[in-house]
Amino acid sequence: MTIAAVQSNPAPAILPGSGGLRGALSDLFWRRPKFLLTLMLAPPLLWLGIVYIGSLFALLAQSFFSIDEFSGLINREFTLKTYGDLFQAANLDIILRTVTMAALVTLASAVIAFPIAYYAARYARGRWKALFYLGVMLPLWSSYLVKIYAWKLILAKEGILTWLLAKLNLLWLLDAWLSLPVVGGNSLSVSFTGTFIVFVYVWLPFMILPVQAALERVPGNLVEASSDLGASPGQTFRNVLFPLALPGIVAGSIFTFSLTLGDYIIPQIIGTSRLFIGQAVYSQQGTAGNIPLAAAFTVVPIVIMGFYLWGAKRMGAFDAL
Amino acid sequence: MTSAVSFKKVSRHFGSVRAVDAVDLEIAPGEFFAMLGPSGSGKTTCLRLIAGFEQPTAGSISIFGERAEGVPPYRRNVNTVFQDYALFPHLNVLDNVAYGLMVKGVGKAERLKAAEEALSLVRLPGYGARRPGQLSGGQRQRVALARALVNQPKVLLLDEPLGALDLKLRENMQEELKSLQKVLGITFVFVTHDQGEALSMADRVAVFNDGRIMQVGTPEDIYQRPNTRFVADFVGSSNVLPPDFVQRYSGQHRWGSLRPESIRVSSATSGDGVAARLVGTNYLGATTRLALDADGLRLHAVVPAGTSLPPEGEAVMLTFNRDSLHLMDETA
Repeated sequence: MTIAAVQSNPAPAILPGSGGLRGALSDLFWRRPKFLLTLMLAPPLLWLGIVYIGSLFALLAQSFFSIDEFSGLINREFTLKTYGDLFQAANLDIILRTVTMAALVTLASAVIAFPIAYYAARYARGRWKALFYLGVMLPLWSSYLVKIYAWKLILAKEGILTWLLAKLNLLWLLDAWLSLPVVGGNSLSVSFTGTFIVFVYVWLPFMILPVQAALERVPGNLVEASSDLGASPGQTFRNVLFPLALPGIVAGSIFTFSLTLGDYIIPQIIGTSRLFIGQAVYSQQGTAGNIPLAAAFTVVPIVIMGFYLWGAKRMGAFDAL
Repeated sequence: MTSAVSFKKVSRHFGSVRAVDAVDLEIAPGEFFAMLGPSGSGKTTCLRLIAGFEQPTAGSISIFGERAEGVPPYRRNVNTVFQDYALFPHLNVLDNVAYGLMVKGVGKAERLKAAEEALSLVRLPGYGARRPGQLSGGQRQRVALARALVNQPKVLLLDEPLGALDLKLRENMQEELKSLQKVLGITFVFVTHDQGEALSMADRVAVFNDGRIMQVGTPEDIYQRPNTRFVADFVGSSNVLPPDFVQRYSGQHRWGSLRPESIRVSSATSGDGVAARLVGTNYLGATTRLALDADGLRLHAVVPAGTSLPPEGEAVMLTFNRDSLHLMDETA
């Protein structure tokens, strides 16, 4: 365009509106951006508020009802009787077992996830990074049930793991482990060890991704600065990398911990006959028909997670966000 | 005397890129040494080689006479002030400064006292409880400096430490850094792409280009007697004169350089001198910078403000002392 053409441009300085409903709406949204925001947010907020939170509260309310032991009917009057039932020794066992499992699964996930996340955040570039995401996400795209049954076959006495250990002449190690109390059993697929392995396998991506995101945000020169100031790699990990990755680890642990607390399928298919919270809820609301006790059981993971988040906040896990 | 830092034929190649190529360098103890060059010239890689973040592909590096190849950064008594400061965001200012002492196992009371002293040294006393995110750029810079100095390093490396500061702050920090270096007597190695900064602060300057050192010398050497076209051009926008032009005035067929302030401009149209045309004027306050066209050769002159000048586009006559015409080593 020549300078002369620019100087003699006949177009007006203010362009006319495009007219019609769309034009009027565009102008209205531009003048009142909050109106547009309200329109966009109203449906999801209604969903979240009524369908999601509402049903959760309906469930919680159920836990304050009680069941008539003779007729099996629900007595819709406020009572703490159901919570009294919840704290029977057998139920406390279930809770303790589930919380221990969730804690161990979380710890193991964090330990396994950190090096993978560290590699992906610090070293993987381009094609390798794509491969990392694919590798982490791929298991999430296939059916949860199929994966668990596949693991049942892997861990079974006639399974590939036993076969592999036999080939490596390490069967004695497996037998020694299986003969231990609590963690052992007839085979891995019917032991707590098996339950643990499958839990870690299934929830691991939920730990890797947030840890990787947290490490991605740690500038590389902080690691260099730490080393420059005389910190050995171990000291750099303890004093710089770990504190800065902690929000990611906590975010991941919220997934692994709460998912383990609530799951009822994995311990049903792989493990012993002793119950986890999820199984207890399932059997109470199903075969036993004791909806109030089932509801009280679901309150347990919610309360535990509440304390968990409170503790994490006090530890400063969210400070670096 | 042992050099503080000694490079012998040091190279650092990244694949086919020769970031640093057979560099020889001696930095004396207690010296304020500047590495000057455009981005990608290898100056920062040299700094990282001294710090230990990079290992040389070939050659040998020694720090105060001790071989440094294969020695990790955390075993070098050398500290760095990073370009973007690299303060730990999860620690407060005092813990940031005390970090080096903390990892060395110095007791809490002692290291916090030393950190407080270091903060006073950089004129930030009482800022210890703040987080790095609550500080301005200039304050972060001082914290980074205190964090390095508290370890009493043998060599302090500064990687474009003033690059992110505004002009006024930068000038203040230049003076402060220089006086701090004098007081402490620590060897400072300073990387910059700002020639003014290098000339005003350093005892000696190394000019880098394409992974090589083009010239090492005092600021005056570098400015007055550049040995190549690159140095003349990069350090202070000297006029680079082609061999044919130089031959007319010095009799030697070599590249030459002429400082803009050595050129006198008059509006005479005849007589001795170089006939030229005034193409543009830039008012710079104390001086005025003139763009001149001498028969296709673009020259710059700097004259004091208030000099009467012909209007742009007019013919002018340029004169200069033969002495101020510097002949460069680089062959034509």
